[in-house]
Amino acid sequence: MRLGFSAVVGLTAIVGAVFVATTFTTPPLDSVQRGYRGTGQIQSYQDRAYTRLTAANQAPEVIPAVDLEGEKASVGYKNLTVLGDLDKAEFDRLMMAITNWVSPDAGCNYCHNPEDMASDEVYTKVVARRMLEMVGTINTKFKSHVANTGVTCYTCHRGQPVPSYVWFTEPNLSHASGYAQAPNGQNKAAAVVGYTSLPYDIFTPFLKEANDLRVISQTALPQRDAGARKSIMQAEWTYGVMAHISDGLGVNCTYCHNTRSFTEWNQSSPQRAVAWYAIRHVRELNNTYLDPLASILPANRLGALGDAPKVNCTTCHQGVFKPLLGVSQLKDYPELATPLTIKK
Amino acid sequence: MAMLSFEKKYRVRGGTLVGGDLFDFWVGPFYVGLFGVTAAFFTLLGVALIVLGASQGPTWNLWQISIAPPDLSYGLAFAPLNEGGLWQFITICAIGAFVSWALRQVEIARKLGMGLHVPFAFSFAILAYVTLVVIRPVLMGAWGFGFPYGIMSHLDWVSNVGYQFLHFHYNPAHMIAISFFFTTALALAMHGGIILSATNPGKGEQIKTAEHEDTFFRDAVGYSIGALGIHRLGLFLAISAAFWSAVCIVISGPFWARGWPEWWGWWLNLPVWR
Repeated sequence: MRLGFSAVVGLTAIVGAVFVATTFTTPPLDSVQRGYRGTGQIQSYQDRAYTRLTAANQAPEVIPAVDLEGEKASVGYKNLTVLGDLDKAEFDRLMMAITNWVSPDAGCNYCHNPEDMASDEVYTKVVARRMLEMVGTINTKFKSHVANTGVTCYTCHRGQPVPSYVWFTEPNLSHASGYAQAPNGQNKAAAVVGYTSLPYDIFTPFLKEANDLRVISQTALPQRDAGARKSIMQAEWTYGVMAHISDGLGVNCTYCHNTRSFTEWNQSSPQRAVAWYAIRHVRELNNTYLDPLASILPANRLGALGDAPKVNCTTCHQGVFKPLLGVSQLKDYPELATPLTIKK
Repeated sequence: MAMLSFEKKYRVRGGTLVGGDLFDFWVGPFYVGLFGVTAAFFTLLGVALIVLGASQGPTWNLWQISIAPPDLSYGLAFAPLNEGGLWQFITICAIGAFVSWALRQVEIARKLGMGLHVPFAFSFAILAYVTLVVIRPVLMGAWGFGFPYGIMSHLDWVSNVGYQFLHFHYNPAHMIAISFFFTTALALAMHGGIILSATNPGKGEQIKTAEHEDTFFRDAVGYSIGALGIHRLGLFLAISAAFWSAVCIVISGPFWARGWPEWWGWWLNLPVWR
């Protein structure tokens, strides 16, 4: 079959139109100006995408407050090392809330042996206790990051026993041999770095280890001997982390930075300071609370290298600038805003 | 200024688009025309407004003077002069001046009985500017999406708008535009080189012919596009560069609001290797 010139042009136009219509989005947009006019510091969201994002990040219903029984939970229940000082009615209500937040399908038995609720034999109960300690630490020690909004179990768990967004250290995979380029931990279009070709195991060096993210040289010449070396290779790792932060928070680079100078604090937005604390906060949570869980968790919960699931920005934020769009449930569950430490 | 021998023949009335004989005359070497007058009017008014804006700003440093567009909160309405209104009037003046210039080119071409290739090509530069300050802001719903008029400030805007999309080099139309810009430079360098090598010989050497030029490229790369063809190619490459530049910014926001790397999901999800 011979196609005429106009047939070829017509077919190309149809294929092109279908391609454009299926790969791009359309107006209208919701935009927020976050700098002086004309500086281009603007967050834009496609209307329909923002509606979906908003719907997916609603805070859960609050269990109605209960009348106090006037008796500590530790009087009636055994083996309460963290929540024993709560009123028994409050304690029951919190247990109910945690079940809704973390294991609504499996119920109480996800953590408890129904024959002996006090028993620590189910590993998830031991983990849950550690997680309660973590929540108490977050809400009391890390206000520079979470302010008075704070977190509950739901902030990460969203009704699932294991939060949807956790990370493990990447095993060093070799995809090909011979003349093919070694993967070198990059060039994979990984979701965690916003589908760029940047290095994708960004969490281990920065959210577990404490490597320096700042790569802007302070001197005219390359710094070979001045402590941490600032190189383009290093910048790619930093860029990867920043892409993750942007993706996790659903914001672009100008949310924190005036990109004319990424490094200058006096040209950055106040949110950059929050992010600075957040990186250190997440690092401490991973090292103090989450990585040590590897000795408690069963093998099927561990990563390829036997490490425990850890948190990054997306774990809580899930695509919005404030988790659950900034709704605080600490006023409804004030017991979570106290240092929940183990009382001997 | 002395007139060239043929100029007396074409320097006659007629060929204007509108206004008949109005301003249909020359001042020295320059054709005036109605659109010469409007171009001068818009240019002088626009520059005066920029100076006025600078006088209201914090600096007279030429690099730092900036006339910023209105806040997004004004939407597509007029803003007070010192809060972006000047930017709006300067934008009107700029478009008026650019379009006047293109129409003056049309009138001159018509007087000479030439094709309209030059105003056609210049229109793509105007299109790129109008896309930045009118089409994209209208699609996004506010004049505040335009770029500020300042030497440094417009560069800062470009940087921030690029980083609104995490990594602008992943913008497919930006890729195409850059390729056309580089190819334009390549074609111009090859064309300039071959013309000078053939028609600007050393002392005592003879000027070479078009056959020399064709033969050089046939020997070098197996093909010569020819004396007329190179100019068709050059025009195509240059206006394509401007056209795809306009496309790359108009799709950034109105037709894709997330990071550009993520747009390539369709490629990553092709059934062949998904």
